Amino acid sequence: MNPINYLYLSALLFTIGGAGVLIRRNAIIVFMCVELMLNACNLAFVTFARLHGNLDGQIFAFFTMVVAAAEVVVGLAIIVTFFRSRHSASVDDASLMKL
Amino acid sequence: MTGVIHSLWTTAADPALPLDRIPTPKIEYAQLSPVLIVFGAAVLGVLVEALLPRRSRYIAQLGVSVVGLAAAFAAIVALAADGYASTKSHIAAMGAVAVDGPALFLQGTIVLVALVAAFTFAERRLDPLAHGRRVDSFAAQGSTVPGSEQEKRAVRAGFTTTEVFPLLLFAVGGMMIFPAANDLLTLFVSLEVFSLPLYLLCALARRHRLLSQESAVKYFLLGAFSSAILLFGVALLYGYAGTISYGGIADVVNGTARMTPALANTTANDALLLIGGSMVVVGLLFKVAAVPFHMWTPDVYQGAPTPVTGFMAAATKVAAFGALLRLLYVVLPGLRWDWRPVMWGVAIATMVIGAVVAVTQTDVKRLLAYSSIAHAGFILAGVIAVSPDGVSSVLFYLAAYSFVTLGAFAVVTLVRDAGGEATHLSRWAGLGRRSPLVAAVFAVFLLAFAGIPLTSGFAGKFAVFKAAAQAGAVPLVIIGVISSAVAAFFYIRVIVLMFFSEPQPGGPSVAVPSPLTITAITVGAAVTLVLGVAPQYFLDLAGKASVFVR
Repeated sequence: MNPINYLYLSALLFTIGGAGVLIRRNAIIVFMCVELMLNACNLAFVTFARLHGNLDGQIFAFFTMVVAAAEVVVGLAIIVTFFRSRHSASVDDASLMKL
Repeated sequence: MTGVIHSLWTTAADPALPLDRIPTPKIEYAQLSPVLIVFGAAVLGVLVEALLPRRSRYIAQLGVSVVGLAAAFAAIVALAADGYASTKSHIAAMGAVAVDGPALFLQGTIVLVALVAAFTFAERRLDPLAHGRRVDSFAAQGSTVPGSEQEKRAVRAGFTTTEVFPLLLFAVGGMMIFPAANDLLTLFVSLEVFSLPLYLLCALARRHRLLSQESAVKYFLLGAFSSAILLFGVALLYGYAGTISYGGIADVVNGTARMTPALANTTANDALLLIGGSMVVVGLLFKVAAVPFHMWTPDVYQGAPTPVTGFMAAATKVAAFGALLRLLYVVLPGLRWDWRPVMWGVAIATMVIGAVVAVTQTDVKRLLAYSSIAHAGFILAGVIAVSPDGVSSVLFYLAAYSFVTLGAFAVVTLVRDAGGEATHLSRWAGLGRRSPLVAAVFAVFLLAFAGIPLTSGFAGKFAVFKAAAQAGAVPLVIIGVISSAVAAFFYIRVIVLMFFSEPQPGGPSVAVPSPLTITAITVGAAVTLVLGVAPQYFLDLAGKASVFVR
């Protein structure tokens, strides 16, 4: 199969993730959409690594996974404290500082 | 782009490169020592947190941070004195990290800023005593729900979040690598290494904890979104060039790289390069808070604990502009006819919107946030110059701006009432009558922001606009000067408010700080005046440090 199809898939996943970040209102879902975007990047990296026949992209995918894991640790900590003090994880409620 | 697929298995089996003889990577530890010292101190800070009893952690953490940062600065000076900033500049760690003039200059700035910021982090005399114990501006226990019984218990027990010091050091380490990153992998990883601690630091304010947590959620979600965009851009650039090293990509962009069939396929499609490059630039513009990627700035600056805001406003901008400069000047100079018009638009929008919206603000921290957006626009004018003068003026501006910002936010921590810091502008009325010294120092910082002569702000703006004008961007300079005038209006308005209006009854009081904050404010004011009165030495220094290694 032509590897270019994987790139289309990756762009599609990235767009779904980006649209989710902009549309969904629950902080956890927004965060999951960001993770989907990171995974779309991974797919693109691996596909390009295959196209070019070098390993840079595959190694990059590993680093992305590690970074995404670290981001989950920090992100869930922040979102959970936010949820516990407001009993809601909706990003629309985060409006104490609006002008 | 069809069909040429290399098999990874055959290259691995190539007798020229037997698998059992993989060469070990060569790491130049001495040249990387500034970063290694900072990360070492950060790890030591984590150990202190795990092993020492609570009451001795504060002193130990402060000591580790200050000694680590001072040692890192000494290492940077030693490297620069050794010629790594000019003649011996090269690329260390197997092509991952550049050791050259701009990198060392920006690292030195970041470390000094962090050192001064560590003092403001450690300030413990501003808040009233909590159950007989001195407390700093960070939450007693970050995990407790605001207003809960659990939080009261933590406050009674006298807990403090000393973890902020290792978090600060990890952020500093990431920021030091960010402008020195010489491949896209290092760029992405260092971006995350400095962002993640900052998200956490934002959530840890002692007062106004709901605001603080809200700012952290906003910063985190938008920051993660922007780094995902940057990462996809990186993927596309890698797909275009088949390499992640800056020099390699620049070669492919310029058409001097050795062509392989796969490369001929991917480079036939400019969309990969243009979309990829612009997505990476978007990720970086988010970090420098350029319009239209500035939405997070006012909320995060307002909600975060003020010492963190000061550090973040100063150091993040330095690191992110460093990375932006290196990306545009080393990787994509071949595309400058494509990116310069776009950056023109971004710079104009950033200057104008930052200055105009700042006029309507009523909160000191939000005001400074919009002012930092406007300043990002002024610095972008220097980036657009694409000349050695442009680089050196940006370096100088960043150094000048970061100390002004740090000092201004340190002054904001002093003006307090019963609810903590009194950040609403109406509360600052008549401050100059009651505390002339504090108001005068703040006025110096505001004049420097406004770019009045004899302050560092003037020298910086002059250098940036001169470089931009020489590069033919005269309309940009005119718009820049007009927005400076608009910006000067609201800085002067605050000064008038402080000195020429009647103090309110029951207005805020100015807390008497410990020598820590006094040092921070004094350093900020001293740098502001020295860079303003005698900028030539530092301009020369920035000029000598303005050549990127490739």
